[in-house]
Amino acid sequence: MTAPAQLDRPETDESTTPDRPWVTIVWNDPVNLMSYVTFVLMELFGYSREKAEVLMLDVHRKGRAVVSNGTREQMEHDVARLHARGLWATLQQD
Amino acid sequence: MRFKKTRRGIEGKLEAVEAQVLAQCAGELLELLGDSEAVPDDPIAAMVGLPSGEVTTPGDPALARLLPDAYADDAEAEAARDFRRYTEADLRAGKRAAASVGLAQLQPLLDHGGRLVLDRDDADLWLSWLNDVRLVLGTRLEVTEDMTEDDLDPDDPRAQVLQIYGWLGWVQESLLTCLDPRVS
Repeated sequence: MTAPAQLDRPETDESTTPDRPWVTIVWNDPVNLMSYVTFVLMELFGYSREKAEVLMLDVHRKGRAVVSNGTREQMEHDVARLHARGLWATLQQD
Repeated sequence: MRFKKTRRGIEGKLEAVEAQVLAQCAGELLELLGDSEAVPDDPIAAMVGLPSGEVTTPGDPALARLLPDAYADDAEAEAARDFRRYTEADLRAGKRAAASVGLAQLQPLLDHGGRLVLDRDDADLWLSWLNDVRLVLGTRLEVTEDMTEDDLDPDDPRAQVLQIYGWLGWVQESLLTCLDPRVS
């Protein structure tokens, strides 16, 4: 068995600890239809209708919900896909 | 007008005036999105299709809503700028492409109305551009979740826009009921 070679990574900011995952947050806005937000979460993340509706209702009632987590790069990808669909999304370290 | 699922695909029957309103919305969305403002003057950036100049959050709140910041935290301002630099042109292009498809499909219906038939790919584009138009109108009108047409004086110039905004939501909802999410 083998493992990928260790790459030299550029020095990262000391405040970012590698074991804290990054999260994608969807924020509430007064325009997007609840049915549309549910649809987008199902389509982009493959979530069941039940899970997508719980997240959509969190966004609606609490103002925001974490919809995915992973590496910073993965979350930037998710945020870009959500922006393409018109959802208001940001990423941050958890 | 509302979309219905038929054996031909997803169909809507439009009056001429409905097609005209939708086409005007699509046209205005395209105009707002424009081309990327940053002109590459760095040859390497130009080669890879990246803007070399500073790319900042749009000053127009409606455009900023279509092209939002990816980081909410001010401490990540540099990451937000990088993200915008690398992704904004694609985001704009995707939104423009969707609105262009919609506008082209509306052209034959502008004079007399008629039937619009969308396949699944078209329907996804229509969902996106209708939503983008609603984001722009909603931002301009500063709508709230429970705002209705009764909240504005009928003589208020915004009343007509609010009516179109409400109608677009209804059209979008009818399209959503025709679609099952497609896992990407």
